[in-house]
Amino acid sequence: MSFQDITFYFFATVLVASALGVITARNPVHAALLLVLAFFTCAGLWLLLQAEFLAITLVLVYVGAVMVLFLFVVMMLDINLDRLREGFWKWFPFGALLALVMAAEMAMVLMGRKFSIGQMPAPPARAADYSNTKELGRLIYTEYVYAFELAAVILLVAIVAAIALTLRRRTGPRFLDPSQQVKVKRADRVRMVSMPSEKKE
Amino acid sequence: MEYAQQLFGQFFGTEWGPVLFSLTKNLALIVAIVLPLLLGVAYLTLAERKIIAFMQIRVGPNRVTFFGIPWLAGWGQPIADAVKALMKEIIIPNGANKTLFIMAPILTIAPALAAWAVVPFSPEMVLADINAGLLYILAMTSMGVYGVIIAGWASNSKYAFLGAMRSAAQVVSYELAMGFALVCVLMLSHSLNLGDIVKGQQGGSFINWYLIPLFPMFLVYFISGVAETNRAPFDVAEGESEIVAGFHVEYSGMAFTVFFLAEYANMILVATLASLIFLGGWLPPFDIAPFTLIPGFIWLLLKIAFLLFFFLWFRATFPRYRYDQIMRLGWKVFIPLTLVWIVLLGAVMQLPPAMLNAFPLNLWFH
Repeated sequence: MSFQDITFYFFATVLVASALGVITARNPVHAALLLVLAFFTCAGLWLLLQAEFLAITLVLVYVGAVMVLFLFVVMMLDINLDRLREGFWKWFPFGALLALVMAAEMAMVLMGRKFSIGQMPAPPARAADYSNTKELGRLIYTEYVYAFELAAVILLVAIVAAIALTLRRRTGPRFLDPSQQVKVKRADRVRMVSMPSEKKE
Repeated sequence: MEYAQQLFGQFFGTEWGPVLFSLTKNLALIVAIVLPLLLGVAYLTLAERKIIAFMQIRVGPNRVTFFGIPWLAGWGQPIADAVKALMKEIIIPNGANKTLFIMAPILTIAPALAAWAVVPFSPEMVLADINAGLLYILAMTSMGVYGVIIAGWASNSKYAFLGAMRSAAQVVSYELAMGFALVCVLMLSHSLNLGDIVKGQQGGSFINWYLIPLFPMFLVYFISGVAETNRAPFDVAEGESEIVAGFHVEYSGMAFTVFFLAEYANMILVATLASLIFLGGWLPPFDIAPFTLIPGFIWLLLKIAFLLFFFLWFRATFPRYRYDQIMRLGWKVFIPLTLVWIVLLGAVMQLPPAMLNAFPLNLWFH
């Protein structure tokens, strides 16, 4: 067993354990933090596959931004565990069906003749100065530019929709315009009054 | 070095020898980076107290000295503070989540130190010379916010929780502006490797530094850096006049000190990155005799110290931002500004090559 194998099995064990923890943890904050750990170890596995750009982006986007906001929301919730467990047996058959379909699909990919590991050639070895990022960027902006732009537009639509759904025009909010505040001159606020000094009686 | 490598090969065999050798070598290098960094952090706190004291016409720490030498008065202060913090009891509040409470300071300092792995100190001195160095640093610094959030939640205190919420929103907002400012840099340098970014700024004098064509981006990056490290005037996460001490209100002793260390290590990291990316790193301001005699590492240190002085200066002179104004600055000023600059830079890069190779533009576009 080489050093790389040991690293792989270490990351894989942590990943599976933390992913199990996500669905078994009683406390939702613990579950969210275990999901962060799962993302992080997954990035480690991707690094072993020499996909350094994807690995670092996974950490940057999912760990650094998405999960922070997720944790933000989860911490604010007042979660009643008993109420969460109420409908468990009612929904159990539905969940089991979904799990079965997913397991079947995974078996198709892993065991089918078309997709098996023998059909997939090992990626060619790269030179030391091979830049994963540059290669990915070149493909995204040339061959797959339409798909990429479409994804960007869909995301933009989602942003606009999220704002449109939550924007409330409140009446009478007290609001200061910073540009007006900056523009204020002394003459607008202070009036110099020249008064003759009063004499003592 | 080669002798040590052979020794490892004889001892552990041909398969494990090289692996264990590189592990030991990297561990030694990590210690060689982290120890001076922590010493720098300790003396940055002294510099902060002294500089702010001078700005407010006070004396600052001037008592603790080494072996009673009078002209070293004040220089023992960071050591005394560290010893005091080590001796103090770490109090865990009632109803706090114990594991997460202890984990939070560790989660804050680990990314702050891990980011230093890819920082080059001179053309050859770098621990990990990876292609995606800049991305790695962005990813590591974005992890630092977890320590703050977890500290706020695990403390079981309303003040700490308020501080954590404020910090989370602020850090996530300013990360965007920071990332866009860095996109401009990598458009100019065609590389994510920090060493290559510095080499792209070579050319004879400070005119070639990215500071000149990207000056607004430098301001955006540096101010976002101040906001990311939760330093004054963006220190609403601590806000001692509003929410006592924010996310670390329940921490004491060494646990608190670790938060403190992480904040200062992050300050030094932001200053180092800004000097590498915008101020030409180890390059001297003029490529002529008196300036080139000073080694590049010293130039880098001088630039870092110069930028760190700004951090301290800001703290001494600016009042704290109001929370909604912080959000306005990040989302409504910085992000549009960076987006406009990216489009502008892209347009300039599409100019005909004859114009790019003519006088003012050939300084930066190669």
